[in-house]
Amino acid sequence: MAATIKQQPILQTVGLTRHFRVGSLLSRRYLHAVDDVNLTIGGGQVVALVGESGSGKSTIARLLALIYRPTAGEIFFKGQRLSERRSRRDVLEYHGRVPMVFQDPYSSLNPVYPASHALMRALKLHQPELSHPARRRAAEEILASVGLTPPATFLTKYPHELSGGQRQRIGFAVALACSPELILADEPVSMLDVSVRIGILNLMAELRRLKSVSILYITHDIASARYVADQLLVMYAGHVVESGPAEDVLAHPKHPYTQLLLSAVPDPRAPLTSMPAADVGEPPRVVDPGEGCRFRWRCPYAIDVCATDTPRLRELRPSHTAACHVATSDMETARA
Amino acid sequence: MIAVKPLLEVDDLTVDYDADAGAVRAVDQVSLQVAPGEFIGIVGESGCGKSTLLYAIARLLSAPATIAGGSVRLKGRDLLAMDEEALREIRWRDYSLVMQSAMNALNPVLTVGAQLRDTIDAHDAIPKEESPNRSAALLRMVGIDPVHLKSYPHQLSGGMRQRAMIAMALVFTPELVIMDEPTSALDVVAQRSLMLQIKELQRRIGFAAIFVTHDMSLVSHFSDRLAVMYAGQIVELGKTRDLFDDPKHPYTRALMQSFPSISGPKATLQGIPGSPPDLAHPPAGCRFAPRCPLVEPRFRVEPPAMVAIGSTLVRCHLYGRDH
Repeated sequence: MAATIKQQPILQTVGLTRHFRVGSLLSRRYLHAVDDVNLTIGGGQVVALVGESGSGKSTIARLLALIYRPTAGEIFFKGQRLSERRSRRDVLEYHGRVPMVFQDPYSSLNPVYPASHALMRALKLHQPELSHPARRRAAEEILASVGLTPPATFLTKYPHELSGGQRQRIGFAVALACSPELILADEPVSMLDVSVRIGILNLMAELRRLKSVSILYITHDIASARYVADQLLVMYAGHVVESGPAEDVLAHPKHPYTQLLLSAVPDPRAPLTSMPAADVGEPPRVVDPGEGCRFRWRCPYAIDVCATDTPRLRELRPSHTAACHVATSDMETARA
Repeated sequence: MIAVKPLLEVDDLTVDYDADAGAVRAVDQVSLQVAPGEFIGIVGESGCGKSTLLYAIARLLSAPATIAGGSVRLKGRDLLAMDEEALREIRWRDYSLVMQSAMNALNPVLTVGAQLRDTIDAHDAIPKEESPNRSAALLRMVGIDPVHLKSYPHQLSGGMRQRAMIAMALVFTPELVIMDEPTSALDVVAQRSLMLQIKELQRRIGFAAIFVTHDMSLVSHFSDRLAVMYAGQIVELGKTRDLFDDPKHPYTRALMQSFPSISGPKATLQGIPGSPPDLAHPPAGCRFAPRCPLVEPRFRVEPPAMVAIGSTLVRCHLYGRDH
């Protein structure tokens, strides 16, 4: 970690936790959506958060976007506690530095305005010093940088005149209008056609390269995470179960869940791997979970300690950690 | 190509959606044969007409969609000529359908058991007192504990709901099961587990399957043959392995280049520039021409015909006789 991030990280979470009360009005049961997540995003870094539905990955996005408040833990933005940002101006400034791109490009644009409306508003709000002609020029520049050319024609188009991929490019344009340092991208390609997905992933890589903006890429698709991300975090039932450099995690998955996830990805180039017949492939809903590994019911390697102690993330390869009692460390083997 | 007599024969099937500005041709002269016990995948992007094709085959289209031409024969009988009465007789018995979203396809206020019983009773195939046993056996067959006969759809997970849908489709062990993206709402592990289950059931029961998906890698290990659709037409049809090893149509090739892989060297992918055409105004010549890297001026004017290369059919000028 220390080698890749020289300066202060853009964003860091320490013990980030969010619980939701579930059940009837007087219920005291809590769904543990996110438990004790430590996440570090450095400047110009693309970090992928991979997990299935219900793993808590979107809750993390919403916590980072200040839509939810954490139950416990803290988020640091460039070393500053987010809980100290109270004033409207401070919060607005944070939203400008850390904008979000949404999953559904069909419902995130207002159909009665030209698609550039959101872009112009973001410019007006976050760069109020710009004059009207300057704002228009800035908008055209941004549209060109997200691949919508010629930009002048896209300024007047309405959402229904745009394809899904073009709409998602507008989403990134709006994020760029805030002059961001980190873009939170929550499943930005999952609603798009397969042939245009790669274009958006390439756009993300380009934004990082040309504008050195960091990106938190939240996805259920581990192959696309490999394609764009430097760092990979795998979530299961509210916990980060494995994290490390993307290539290393994919080449040497340590956690049994990561291994299961990788074996389930359809890959025409690889031979068909079968799966444990009993595994119907669903993570638990973690209501008041107590101690223990949350993967133990599905884990082929579970031992007694898995039911009594929650495994902590351990460094098993250089910069590569996994939360598993059974997984062995390459580093210890090397030392022995 | 198929030695045995085909179970399903689709010939030049054409479907129009009537719109104010004129008809939109969503499915254009699609021909397809399915042999008994065969697993055939139909892949394409959204709007390519793959779901409309399925609904036309199953005779489930409703206005403004109309079948503008062609024929569909199941075991030699013309499905398009049948009235509702005759269709009711063979639906679920000879062919059944598994929908994309089980949450919408299942009735939320009835238990799974009640819905299975409805299906069974509608055909009077089994004595009433035996239907609970049959229901329990069906659920067990798809890997669900029979206690869930008393469960409502919302009490089941996404994967279990899809399994319940499949159990329902197999009530009368039909010879053809038509599946419209049954795994697309599921997570990757549940998806793989359901695919293995479907393949296992198919092997055991022997039904033929038409499986529609937008993700061609999903069916790569499961389908015998694969049809690739683009803008309402089949552009390539062949053995699944051949298509993956040696894709002929530039669209098939480009589609395969659109999926990042979890293994092998990390390469920059290009995807496909542009987006699929508006079917209200399809391009004059080849429909893929505006996005095709190998396009020649003539291709923009003349529509390509289907050409056979070995056992693969491909709709592309590059393989035409005069090229």
